[in-house]
Amino acid sequence: MSWRMETACFGEWGHDMPIVSRGFHGRARETRHRLPPGQYETTDFPVLSAGPTPRVNPDEWEFTIRTETGTRHSWNWAEFTALPSQTPTVDLHCVTKWSKFDTEWQGVSLDVLLEDVETSADYALVHSYGDYTTNVPLEDLLDGKAWIAYRYDGEELAPEHGGPARLLVPHLYFWKSAKWVQRIQLLDEDERGFWENIGYHDYGDPWREQRYQGD
Amino acid sequence: MARAAVSGRLGDRLRWTTARLTDRRIESDAARTLVFEVPGWPGHLAGQHVDVRLTAEDGYSTQRSYSLASAPDGESVELTVQRVDDGEVSPYLTDELAVDDVVELRGPVGGWFVWRPEQKEPILLVGGGSGLVPLMAMIRMRRAVGSRTPFRLVYVVRSPEYQLFVSDLRGDDPGLDKTYLYTRSTPAEWPRPPGRFTASELSNAGWPPDFEPTCYVCGSTGFVETAAGLLVALGHQPGRIRTERFGSSG
Ligand SMILES: Cc1cc2nc3c(=O)[nH]c(=O)nc-3n(C[C@H](O)[C@H](O)[C@H](O)COP(=O)(O)OP(=O)(O)OC[C@H]3O[C@@H](n4cnc5c(N)ncnc54)[C@H](O)[C@@H]3O)c2cc1C
Repeated sequence: MSWRMETACFGEWGHDMPIVSRGFHGRARETRHRLPPGQYETTDFPVLSAGPTPRVNPDEWEFTIRTETGTRHSWNWAEFTALPSQTPTVDLHCVTKWSKFDTEWQGVSLDVLLEDVETSADYALVHSYGDYTTNVPLEDLLDGKAWIAYRYDGEELAPEHGGPARLLVPHLYFWKSAKWVQRIQLLDEDERGFWENIGYHDYGDPWREQRYQGD
Repeated sequence: MARAAVSGRLGDRLRWTTARLTDRRIESDAARTLVFEVPGWPGHLAGQHVDVRLTAEDGYSTQRSYSLASAPDGESVELTVQRVDDGEVSPYLTDELAVDDVVELRGPVGGWFVWRPEQKEPILLVGGGSGLVPLMAMIRMRRAVGSRTPFRLVYVVRSPEYQLFVSDLRGDDPGLDKTYLYTRSTPAEWPRPPGRFTASELSNAGWPPDFEPTCYVCGSTGFVETAAGLLVALGHQPGRIRTERFGSSG
């Protein structure tokens, strides 16, 4: 793994201000294109699903984080939606090659959900209602990079787009943003999820075009 | 010697903090050990790493991971960085960063590629190039706690000029066996000609699989693939082989 993300910038609530390293210039900046290699822009919102869309009633919805030692942290819908939320505007990049710019979400930052979680785990396996799973390094869920989102474009999140709530981790290909999210299991060792088991990339950085295993 | 923090609240552990360079040492032609003071450092496990973030005047910012080279020691943290010539970050750290300069750092990160002194099984360390760094932290940790756990180190390195931690490893660590394999050039009168390492060398320098050692393999992606593959072929359980890939297939 390698972490070379440039500081994400989500305007309104701001990122912590980095301090300048004397004499560091970085490599010459090429024009930053908004489209990662091999992507094209779309203005509608395609759906990629492995099977039928599960319908989950918010009354029965519960979200759980379980650590590698088995400790559970859970929130029901009322508790979850009472947590402080953010409204990130992000670009989405789907492995099927579409990208969508400036999508507007509302959700709870994983920093908030993980703040009091005791763990030394490195990986997360994200489980969804309907048994979809996907693996993400725990670091990629932290530091303002990921949310559990429950509103899209000013409305409740539609089931085909992952409602009641989905993971939103926009710096990775969009299949990592698990729809119908139910729980996150923290793990010492990486464990492949659904798409990863059938040949999709374990990490999935669109800017390095990590679509499939071996990319 | 501070006790290693095994885990902590993630909110604290992975927050960016400012680290000030207090000392730098020449480790090899291409590598420098950088000693940072990190206020509030919680301690770490041998094998863990930190993320370092550099930011330019114009706000451009980038990050890299570096293994912790030292055993836990208060708020002092050592990294050993090997220059990648066309690299963006490593030449800055090895050549530019001066005492009292600051970088941003967060960690410790990683709970899998670690050696805990409670582990009782024999240990095999296989390092390629700068991949020795986290393994050195394990050797230093073993020393710091006075462990007698049997360790074997196989260090594969291009040439003596690139060899890390030479004087530190010259000392006598009872129960630590060291094997150096040079791939391009050797010290004078070295019995083995330079060249790729082989399965039988790894077998001779390591432990028989039925001793059930834990194997730690670290280096470039290509090195780790090769070495870990050889260990599996020699009969080691894949579950007993832990790897850390530094990136690049070099
Ligand atoms: C968990 C982890 C721990 C690490 N610990 C250490 C450590 O203790 N000491 C250390 O020196 N490095 C370590 N690294 C590698 C380090 O993070 C950087 O990748 C390395 O310093 C190169 O960064 P750069 O900005 O100089 O090069 P970049 O600008 O990122 O890359 C420039 C060129 O060099 C190639 N390259 C990248 N990394 C390497 C490499 N390691 N060897 C050869 N070529 C490379 C790239 O493919 C590219 O072509 C670690 C990496 C990881 C993931």
